[in-house]
Amino acid sequence: MDDEIPKIAIAIDDLTVAYNYKPVLWDIDLQIPEGVLMAIVGPNGAGKSTLLKSILDIIKPLAGSVTVYGKPYKKQRDLVAYVPQKGSVDWDFPTTALDVVMMGTYGSLGWIKRPGQKEKKLALEALEKVGMLPFQNRQISQLSGGQQQRIFLARALVQNAAIYFMDEPFQGVDATTEKAIIQILKELRKAGKTVIVVHHDLQTVPEYFDWVTFLNVKKIATGPVAQIFNDDNLTKTYGINYKTSITEGKL
Amino acid sequence: MTSAQLEIQIILSLVAIACALPGVFLVLRKMALISDAISHSILPGIVIGFFMTQDLASPMLILMATLTGVLTVVLVEYIQKTGLVKEDTAIGLVFPSLFSVGVILIARNAGDVHLDVDAVLLGEVAFAPFDRWVYNGTDMGPKSLWMIGTILSVTICLLVLFYKELKVATFDAGLAASLGFTPIGIHYGLMTISSVTTVGAFDAIGAVLVVAFMIVPAACVYLLTTNLKKLLLGASLVGVFASVTGYWLAHAIDASIAGTIATVLGLIFFLVYLFAPGKGYFSQWYKIKQQKTEVAMLVFMLHIANHEEEKERNINHLQEHINWSQQRAKKVVKLAMQNNMIEIENEIISLTAKGLEFTTKAVSYISDNKNSELEGIKQKFFLFRG
Repeated sequence: MDDEIPKIAIAIDDLTVAYNYKPVLWDIDLQIPEGVLMAIVGPNGAGKSTLLKSILDIIKPLAGSVTVYGKPYKKQRDLVAYVPQKGSVDWDFPTTALDVVMMGTYGSLGWIKRPGQKEKKLALEALEKVGMLPFQNRQISQLSGGQQQRIFLARALVQNAAIYFMDEPFQGVDATTEKAIIQILKELRKAGKTVIVVHHDLQTVPEYFDWVTFLNVKKIATGPVAQIFNDDNLTKTYGINYKTSITEGKL
Repeated sequence: MTSAQLEIQIILSLVAIACALPGVFLVLRKMALISDAISHSILPGIVIGFFMTQDLASPMLILMATLTGVLTVVLVEYIQKTGLVKEDTAIGLVFPSLFSVGVILIARNAGDVHLDVDAVLLGEVAFAPFDRWVYNGTDMGPKSLWMIGTILSVTICLLVLFYKELKVATFDAGLAASLGFTPIGIHYGLMTISSVTTVGAFDAIGAVLVVAFMIVPAACVYLLTTNLKKLLLGASLVGVFASVTGYWLAHAIDASIAGTIATVLGLIFFLVYLFAPGKGYFSQWYKIKQQKTEVAMLVFMLHIANHEEEKERNINHLQEHINWSQQRAKKVVKLAMQNNMIEIENEIISLTAKGLEFTTKAVSYISDNKNSELEGIKQKFFLFRG
């Protein structure tokens, strides 16, 4: 049944977010179908991270609503894993790689209950998947940028969610890590998960993703990469003529 | 040692632990300054509580002071959110205002009782054993011992219960929020505990030195460990050690106990800063020196690999070509020799098989992995670093 209408994983309705008087996101309507690997692209200050944070109930919107599989996020936390920007945390924090990955299990544990052997096993499996098992006892500041990002990814994998949100996972990582991460994201999609990534490198969008949302305070376009990733939408989003730069790889 | 002396040391040690535990999280959250603000701005709360009960060890003092402590945090955050000033300025605006209200209240009303600005700022633990709790005619011990003991017990209980939540909210507030752990609630919980502890401690060591008790032990052990549990335990131990040492130092030189303890804490930090393995001054100095030599060796080997012509590879002309001092050139050549990276024949340097492999790998590694460090490849080849 190829023509079956896909389920909607995330539905955003008239979402407006403002810091004081300045709108950061304006009247966003967006439906993200289940099972896509989607990039959110847009210039700096377009509200990409803010969009993720509003979906995850970290930022309260001024207006509008977000539902995850038809229900408010608060009731669907178990279905969602979030990878914040690597730079948003202090990597000098006194803890190990394994411990950070274990934090992914805290959500299912709930308040007060401590992680035990079962959680440790899950964390070790996730570390193995991202190729970081040998570094499990390393203090996190002694990991390279790419390794830190892998740890963050492993922490999200541990949550075994249906929907994964990632804020610029390729920021400041080496080529090997970038390939390893995209490999894992593609595996997640194959397993029927929905993956939503804030992405910066326009050149890799067609190669990495099958769905894309153009964002610049307002939603410019959303849909399959093959249909809507074109000069017209790029120009509308970034306000520059991207025709030559994209085709000649000068970005 | 008299029983009064023992009691003083126990009180000081409990205060030290009660301060060190929330202090660790304040340091990790980069909120050390907030503890300074709280320790000052609880003064009006203490004064109002004292007027209501006329008793310095009354729970009402703790309640009122905690309220003003939390009020400080709320006001600082409110001012900061207006976007008109930055956080440090907001702190600087709030706590002197509240503190001065306390000073005025004391000056106007409490001239004839045991509550003056000096006592609040500096404390006097030496008097603690005289103010005893007598229950049904039985001496239960100093009141302040009971007070700080209760506060410490509550702190430890909360820490054990909410360790996981505190850790994740401190490390990654975004994740904590998405998991439903309300980082704001945890933040205010920590602020409340810090306020309560400050009140409990001020009677013994004074409001100003509470800051030293909260921040210095945490900062010392932060340089020594990469494990949060050890950090909490270590900070408590440093606090207790400084308390006991400081007490006997004060005894020996007949000085203020709080003053000597804070001085001991300062000295401990200075020593740790100098000698801590890894993060300490000497350790860093040694590391940077080694890194310089390592990079120099890589540059040198690339030079040898890049040049076929013998005049570029002559050991005696090395310094003109790479423009290094003789001493540096010698050191680098020696290091490369030690690692079997080069061989010298008739004063001409050439790379060994191992040297060639290293150079090729290092070059490709650098060009492929712009953002990661040479860590992996270094461990494979370098023999001289532990």
